[in-house]
Amino acid sequence: MPVVIDLAKSSLRDLNQALHDIPDGSNETAWEVLNPRGSHAVAAGVDKPVSVDVRGSVGYYCGGMNDGGEITVHGSAGPGVAENMMSGVIVVKGDASQYAGATGRGGLLVIEGNASSRCGISMKGIDIVVHGSIGHMSAFMAQSGTLVVLGDAGDALGDSIYEAKLFVRGAVKSLGADCVKKKMKPKHLERLRELLERAGVTGVEPEEFTRYGSARKLYNFNIDNADAY
Amino acid sequence: MCGIVGLFLKDKALEPKLGAMLSEMLVSLSDRGPDSAGIAIYGPSSKGKAKITIQSARPEQDFDGLAAELGKVVAAKVAMQVKSTHAVIEVPAGKLEAARDALPALRPDVRVMGAGDAVEIFKEVGLPRQVVERFGVDAMGGTHGIGHTRMATESAVTTLGAHPFSTGPDQCLVHNGSLSNHNNVRRDLVRKGMRFETENDTEVAAAYISSRLKDGSDLGEALEGTLSDLDGFFTFVVGTRNGFGVVRDPIACKPAVMAETDQYVAFGSEYRALAGLPGIAEAKVWEPEPAKVYFWEH
Amino acid sequence: MTYRNPPTAPRKSATFDDYTLSEIRRAAATGIYDIRGAGAKRKLPHFDDLLFLGASISRYPLEGYRERCGTEVVLGSRHAKNPIELKIPITIAGMSFGSLSGPAKEALGRGATIAGTSTTTGDGGMTEEERGHSQTLVYQYLPSRYGMNPRDLRRADAIEIVVGQGAKPGGGGMLLGQKISDRVADMRTLPKGIDQRSACRHPDWTGPDDLEIKILEIREITDWEKPIYVKIGGARPYYDTALAVKSGADVVVLDGMQGGTAATQEVFIEHVGMPTLACIRPAVKALQDLGMHRKVQLIVSGGIRNGADVAKALALGADAVSIGTAALVALGDNDPRWEAEYNDLGTTAGAYDDWHEGKDPAGITTQDPDLMLRLDPAAAGRRLANYLKVMTLEAQTIARACGKNHVHNLEPEDLCALTVEAAAMAQVPLAGTDWIPGRNGY
Repeated sequence: MPVVIDLAKSSLRDLNQALHDIPDGSNETAWEVLNPRGSHAVAAGVDKPVSVDVRGSVGYYCGGMNDGGEITVHGSAGPGVAENMMSGVIVVKGDASQYAGATGRGGLLVIEGNASSRCGISMKGIDIVVHGSIGHMSAFMAQSGTLVVLGDAGDALGDSIYEAKLFVRGAVKSLGADCVKKKMKPKHLERLRELLERAGVTGVEPEEFTRYGSARKLYNFNIDNADAY
Repeated sequence: MCGIVGLFLKDKALEPKLGAMLSEMLVSLSDRGPDSAGIAIYGPSSKGKAKITIQSARPEQDFDGLAAELGKVVAAKVAMQVKSTHAVIEVPAGKLEAARDALPALRPDVRVMGAGDAVEIFKEVGLPRQVVERFGVDAMGGTHGIGHTRMATESAVTTLGAHPFSTGPDQCLVHNGSLSNHNNVRRDLVRKGMRFETENDTEVAAAYISSRLKDGSDLGEALEGTLSDLDGFFTFVVGTRNGFGVVRDPIACKPAVMAETDQYVAFGSEYRALAGLPGIAEAKVWEPEPAKVYFWEH
Repeated sequence: MTYRNPPTAPRKSATFDDYTLSEIRRAAATGIYDIRGAGAKRKLPHFDDLLFLGASISRYPLEGYRERCGTEVVLGSRHAKNPIELKIPITIAGMSFGSLSGPAKEALGRGATIAGTSTTTGDGGMTEEERGHSQTLVYQYLPSRYGMNPRDLRRADAIEIVVGQGAKPGGGGMLLGQKISDRVADMRTLPKGIDQRSACRHPDWTGPDDLEIKILEIREITDWEKPIYVKIGGARPYYDTALAVKSGADVVVLDGMQGGTAATQEVFIEHVGMPTLACIRPAVKALQDLGMHRKVQLIVSGGIRNGADVAKALALGADAVSIGTAALVALGDNDPRWEAEYNDLGTTAGAYDDWHEGKDPAGITTQDPDLMLRLDPAAAGRRLANYLKVMTLEAQTIARACGKNHVHNLEPEDLCALTVEAAAMAQVPLAGTDWIPGRNGY
């Protein structure tokens, strides 16, 4: 039986404090949050191996800095879902607003709908799988981690990218500075296959994706590349 | 910085509830803007009549006897409904310009919030809940409306600094963001004869649209023009006689969420503002793309 | 007799002075802007242009020693469960591990702890050395989010959301490849030896309306325990302070253009921002207008050098000050003992600012393992503690002379100005007059 917290009756503070206070080894590992109605910072800072089902749509920063939980949003998420995630899994059944997975360091973020602009901005190790499409300026300054998109990508994908790997199945409206198409090798296909499976994607082959990454021309300043800055 | 809302009703059965729905949307965004709030409601219009919404810091003095005096000057019957610091003046449509021109001489300290066939604009310092109660917005009906709750960035927290800003007959604008070239644009517009009451960047955006419309552009062209002539971060929601429009700057950092059902099209800075709308769970919810003008009309 | 034209004396141009000429030559040779560390170097209206009006007949001074002059300050009382209590109103400003060596960060922690004050992490994140040696540690939350994680957030004593800094309001962090060592690269999730590019905006919020939600999130993650600071570079201090307060800040940190940086473009440092002196009164006015003066605390930084600067900043309305450059000098930065090596680098002690090259002879702004050994963290920590002690004693001396039993009781009316600019910026009268430029319409 999950622990149920109704945000129409309890406060956000009570919810998050309860999630933070779960003792190690507790058997209260299933939680349900009702009536989020666009609340912010729902389940932010969770660091226990619990599952949290959020019944409805959330506002900004759902699951922010999550470290080890499994959060499912049965609705849409506002800006910054899974921002700075450390580990664990966050699944958004609907759409995600901008900055999804921003600066994420680990774990898996799955968006079953579409993600908006700046998906994976400044990512630092997180894996993101988007079943739909993503908006402009996604993977901006993406340092490490993997972004997988089954749909299309908007303008300036991977602008100023470092070592993160991007796999897009649909069309890319335009590439950002220093982001180029890259060769797909067996290790990439393997990684992609593994991520697609973890993200619950079926009926899609890794070979359908194109890989994008850094041309590494901006790694040390060279006057001839100054226009890219 | 701010929260903005807009609601365009497709289902006539919801029209009596427009004010109540829009108020609830606005109040949910109070955190984003604690300084002042404003609402423009496009309500029922009487055939052949036009409305002017005015505001005064000393309503008892300024509104007393104004209807009669104005009626004399424009040689027509003038009705007036007072709501706290604001009042809605009703004149025959043909006398609208004459009435606006006559006001400054009759009551120099009174400000025009908006004018047209259908629009009434109310704005004041205070939290959204206080502002909507003061003007009885909950009870107002209409076809569409826009609202704004403000956290002032660079200009003062005053009634006049609040949005919506009127840009022309039945036209007004609300803004979330911060423009960066509004001082230069203001100087250009002043040279073209536009008048300004505040140092507010949003007032410049409203005047820019007004000026483009005066020069013969249509609203779509004027909104397109903002993308090249205004600099900074912005989401604009514009109200017109028959509908409303939305445009975001090309960088599109300021938030914007829309929802559409068979009954309405709604806009909010955050999903929270839409969460209470009927049928929201099944609505089509999306974010407007950057640098693209969206428009809905009756 | 032939009368020859006597030559005129050779005259250099004030506009095209030696420095400007050398910079034009350098730009023509390299095709890239000049990058350096430290803050604005040109002469600016500053605290030296203000003087205290000591007690005489109309005011009475306090005796030293027996008659107490308090220096404690509490930061973050607005919302946090655990506000910060400091013994002195001087803190150590944010400086990154990466721009500074590990031993330097350790030395700052040791010295601050002896003095009863706090240090602040920088763009590289929190190191074990600093958390271990610093009794009170403020953790910076920056646009880059290098190393950001909830564990460090929860073991910090306060969190400082950095919107900008005085050296480059509107700019982001910068660290060049020379200083991206293995350890730095690992902490910042970057390949070793590449140039770190900078983000100037936070990745997941823009504007004070979003900042309010971000502050809520950080409070929720840390269970509302810790004070949240918001740091801004001096540009529009009235509006920025008001907006920081409206967004929910517990403390505002205001950094003027004399505030240092590890590395950025010279043109940014010298031509963008405002002198620290000009930032303080507008920020205080914003707090007063909102009824928040002393409830949301104000920390001022950028060119704080001695107890007189501390006292003047407090007199103008600040609750505390922060030192960066001065702390490094106390540790041993730019010390004349390394003059020969400074000469080899093409500079001289006191002028050395190419910290981004990572060749610091003093072993402070470097990641070079051999150079780093030149700094003994324990000895350097004691030096910092001594310096903080002197600044505190100086501020107390001044405060007592003005009749104050606590340094926070210093007021603008205890000051006069030596120049019209300083009088206008500090809003205190020109010495010997009752004229404050701009007040009363003249």
